[in-house]
Amino acid sequence: MKRLINQTPSPVLRVVLGLLPFVLLVVLYTYASDARLAENPADKLLPSFGQIGDAIQRMAFEPSKRSGDYLVWEDTLASLTRLGLGVLIAATLGLALGLFTGALPLVSASASPLLTVISLIPPLAILPVLFIVFGLGELSKVALIAIGITPFIARDIQRRTQEIPYEQLVKAQTLGANTSQIICRVLLPQLMPRLLDAVRLSLGAGWLFLIAAEAIAATEGLGYRIFLVRRYMAMDVILPYVAWITLLAFVIDASLAALSRRLFPWHGQGGH
Amino acid sequence: MIEARNVWKKYGDKVVLERINLQVKEGEFVTLVGTSGCGKSTFLKMLLGTESASSGELLLHGKPVPGEPGPDRGIVFQQYSVFPHLSVLQNVMAARGFAGRNMTGLLFGRARREAYQEALALLEEVGLAHAQALYPAELSGGMRQRLAIAQALLGRPGILLLDEPFGALDPGIRADMHELVLRLWRQYRLTVFLVTHDLKEGFYLGTRLWVFDKTRHDPQAPDAYGATITYDLPVGKVDRETLTEIDRDLARTANQMERDHEAL
Repeated sequence: MKRLINQTPSPVLRVVLGLLPFVLLVVLYTYASDARLAENPADKLLPSFGQIGDAIQRMAFEPSKRSGDYLVWEDTLASLTRLGLGVLIAATLGLALGLFTGALPLVSASASPLLTVISLIPPLAILPVLFIVFGLGELSKVALIAIGITPFIARDIQRRTQEIPYEQLVKAQTLGANTSQIICRVLLPQLMPRLLDAVRLSLGAGWLFLIAAEAIAATEGLGYRIFLVRRYMAMDVILPYVAWITLLAFVIDASLAALSRRLFPWHGQGGH
Repeated sequence: MIEARNVWKKYGDKVVLERINLQVKEGEFVTLVGTSGCGKSTFLKMLLGTESASSGELLLHGKPVPGEPGPDRGIVFQQYSVFPHLSVLQNVMAARGFAGRNMTGLLFGRARREAYQEALALLEEVGLAHAQALYPAELSGGMRQRLAIAQALLGRPGILLLDEPFGALDPGIRADMHELVLRLWRQYRLTVFLVTHDLKEGFYLGTRLWVFDKTRHDPQAPDAYGATITYDLPVGKVDRETLTEIDRDLARTANQMERDHEAL
């Protein structure tokens, strides 16, 4: 018998083992839901899959009785727009800050301490400030996401810039490159796949800030909806919304990973 | 063209190089050997401009070596001296782009076509034309170093600095690389400085051999004395006895440094 650390599952067993927890969760949920509904048919805490299906039909494929909108799609569009804008702004700012502080010691000397302090501020603590300054509209929600993840991206890109071997910078200089050429041709292209990586890592935090901002002040959005229906304990709506957000997060992450592989085939090959 | 006048290099209290005096004429091929930590790479970095002398003067064409790398001095490192995000061809063409004075270093139109032709010719010369579309990570170690050399040469440097360029290569590949470097040295009339661990390499490559070694040693203060050039020999006129003698000296210094290290 091999030691446990040396035992690896076969490909088939790997799939089975991977699916097992999901199956167990579904079985457990069905069992618990059935038990509760048998006791009290009006129970709202653990709705059956049938009730969840009805809620999905109502929210996604029938116009709302009040406004005539298809709520899920409207919420999704609003949330993804906010998240996309926030992340785009954060990526642009983070890349610029990280690149210049990583590449130019003079800029770093003045900007790095400030960046460190800012990155320690809990973004949600300044959400009230954003609401006061930018009002309750779109701007404050986008600003929260941008402010929340910019420091992370900036510091990550700064570190990645400094990780690029010094030999490459020397080589470029011996070929006559000036500072802006080194930034444009040596540093920036090598940072792009790392920027995509940083964005993927920061999306989790981005969702967090999005839902928090929507929960407090919004009139549509995925986060707004779940916090709204919480008042009626509408678990049949909340659960599929959470699943939908998870699916969106997964698809965005997978697309960014695929994009990175396609655009930067040289990345992750172990460069020399 | 290169002259050192009593050059010393110290890091704090640690003396790395001391009493370096030398003159190098244009077109020489100097090989630098010595144990690790004996300052041969430091000396190369001083020629490159990334390190400067603590005292004394290191002159290039009668003026102090500039404090940063420049296009007159090409470099090939043991690794990381090519750009991983550019294909083989783009790596060599990049040298042309960097020679221009625009902001981005990108080439367009005629300049691009000329750089392409020039890069292709150079790749042909180092035997990499068939690999022009590959990325550096897809190359073997030897091919990567050929690329680094081609790239350095497109910058048309007068001086080529090689910092243990073949240290990570298999012996068979090394022989090919020696041949390549010697050929390019003659063809482009370069002044070459080659740092190597391998004493034998220094013994038949090029025109001049420098041995970096410590002549003084204080067991109580191992950092008090630095290395200097103990042998400055013309290559080709050295007999076997000298080789054995140098080998013995270097082995003794290596052992001594090992013991100093253990004593810490």
